Amino acid sequence: MSLLFALAAAPLGFMLASLILGRRAPHLIWIAAPVMLALAVLVALGASAGATGGPLGGWDAPLGIVLEADGLAAALILASAVTAAITGLFALARFGPAGRETTRRYTFWPLFYGLWAALNAVFISRDLFNLYVALELLSLCAVALAAFGSRKAAMHYLMVALAGSLAYLLGVVLIFASVGTLDIGLIAQRAGDARTPVLIGAALMSAGLLAKTALFPLHGWLPPAHGAAPPVVSALLSALVVKASFFILLRIWFEALPALAGPDMAQAFGVLGAGAVLYGSVLALRQQGLKALIAYSTVAQLGYLFFVFPLAGAGGAVTPWAAGAWGAMGFQLSAHMLAKAGLFLAAGIIIHALGSGTIRDMAGAGRALPVTVLAFGLCAISLMGLPPSGGFMAKYLMLIAALESGAWPYAAVIIAGGLLAAAYLFRPIARFMSGTDTPALQARVHWALPLAPLALGLCALTLGVLSAGPYELMVTGLPQAGEAGLDEVEPGP
Amino acid sequence: MEALTDRSVLYALTGAGLIALGFYGFIVRRALIHRLIAFNVIGSGIFLLFGGAAYFGGGVDPVPQALIITGIVVALALTAFAAALGVRLAQDGDEDDDSDDDAEGGP
Repeated sequence: MSLLFALAAAPLGFMLASLILGRRAPHLIWIAAPVMLALAVLVALGASAGATGGPLGGWDAPLGIVLEADGLAAALILASAVTAAITGLFALARFGPAGRETTRRYTFWPLFYGLWAALNAVFISRDLFNLYVALELLSLCAVALAAFGSRKAAMHYLMVALAGSLAYLLGVVLIFASVGTLDIGLIAQRAGDARTPVLIGAALMSAGLLAKTALFPLHGWLPPAHGAAPPVVSALLSALVVKASFFILLRIWFEALPALAGPDMAQAFGVLGAGAVLYGSVLALRQQGLKALIAYSTVAQLGYLFFVFPLAGAGGAVTPWAAGAWGAMGFQLSAHMLAKAGLFLAAGIIIHALGSGTIRDMAGAGRALPVTVLAFGLCAISLMGLPPSGGFMAKYLMLIAALESGAWPYAAVIIAGGLLAAAYLFRPIARFMSGTDTPALQARVHWALPLAPLALGLCALTLGVLSAGPYELMVTGLPQAGEAGLDEVEPGP
Repeated sequence: MEALTDRSVLYALTGAGLIALGFYGFIVRRALIHRLIAFNVIGSGIFLLFGGAAYFGGGVDPVPQALIITGIVVALALTAFAAALGVRLAQDGDEDDDSDDDAEGGP
């Protein structure tokens, strides 16, 4: 219990400390990274035995707030802690203590820790309003960080975030007005009594969350905001922030309202996801800039996540493939976190060293920056879904679930998405390897920098090689509906 | 008429009216300041709806009132941040005034 509290409180403490420390704030990451990783490992160990947690301050729901980490939450806390820790260490290069003092060097660190705290709070909250506050803190930090790149894109992002949070809040109010509680467990018991208002509320919340997750066709804000930001920020936004709102969608439809989620709704999510995979991949294929390509790839990879709704959900009967689809979604979430952050960091090094962001100008980068390009390749392997990576586990499990459940259109989209991912990622990789001469570097790259994306890429691969442990963790404490199919679960007494 | 004399219904209807008004403004207006005001009008409508939901026959449920205060703080923070971002956008445009200094150190 106190462990979960520390998971959200510790980064908030680091946030305040980094404000006080000022110029020495960057050094804090050397303490924060091990502390947060240790906390995440402890939570994962605790959750592997079953969901851990309890009411905050001894006040039970409905008056108090319950914090709980189930298997999936613990796995995501660990994956995001690894991603954030490595990205934070990498950020020392740009926002570190060396060099001239600028506003951004000062503001980056509090925003970084605030983002981390909000993310952990989303993963462990089991109260709709608590989730709202965590999501708002996350959006606020994310938009402020996105403004490091393009203020115009950040403003667009902010408007989407504002509209999304209003829709979410209105949904929360409607659900509270009809069932009189905000605790996810209690809503699951009471939702059957007031179907229509609860459904309207849930639809509003979902619409807001879909906009924040940037699901096709609400993805318009994402590529400019993620593509223009500094690489460290892009890595945080693309790898971590968009996952939080998706996670809340899971909580709503699989845990709070499993009985209300019909097959039509699940199919609608699945179709939008398929649209995201195809549309995002095709647009990624057409990008000239390396970071824009990676940003569009995020749009595509987020689409896979939504296949969990039709595959683990609306089967009607108890489905043996639901757990597989659930695990696939967990792998996709964590593997994409690691691989996408690594890809952005590697791209950042390449762009910084070569002085150009266009793929065409990057010929021979493989000879000038071998370790960085190796890291880029490792992360790309996971994103394409080639074995033995975490991305492969995600797509393999998802493909099996799709074929077993007879949803062959999803299987076709998964295969097509994999091929398209290979196509758009081979474009820059082929460019890095082309030519015969070594390009002159515009800027010196510290030897330790490429180790960050390399470590992330290796983690993404390890996730696939040692997949049994993570899989067990992700399906422990699986919401009953995930195992049984959304329609099967009757509202409790 | 009896429904209108019930206070919670009155609150709910007023809240819904405010939300509709704000939503119209948020969609139709392009200027940032208009959209921010629209955002706050919608927010007020939602809070009124929430407050109305707290009101039942025997008395007032304190939970929504506590949540409304939190919600107002969140809305205030978002409004302030959006206004600050809008001012910077209007002053400097979309230029990165200090990104060159940042980039000296590393990617």
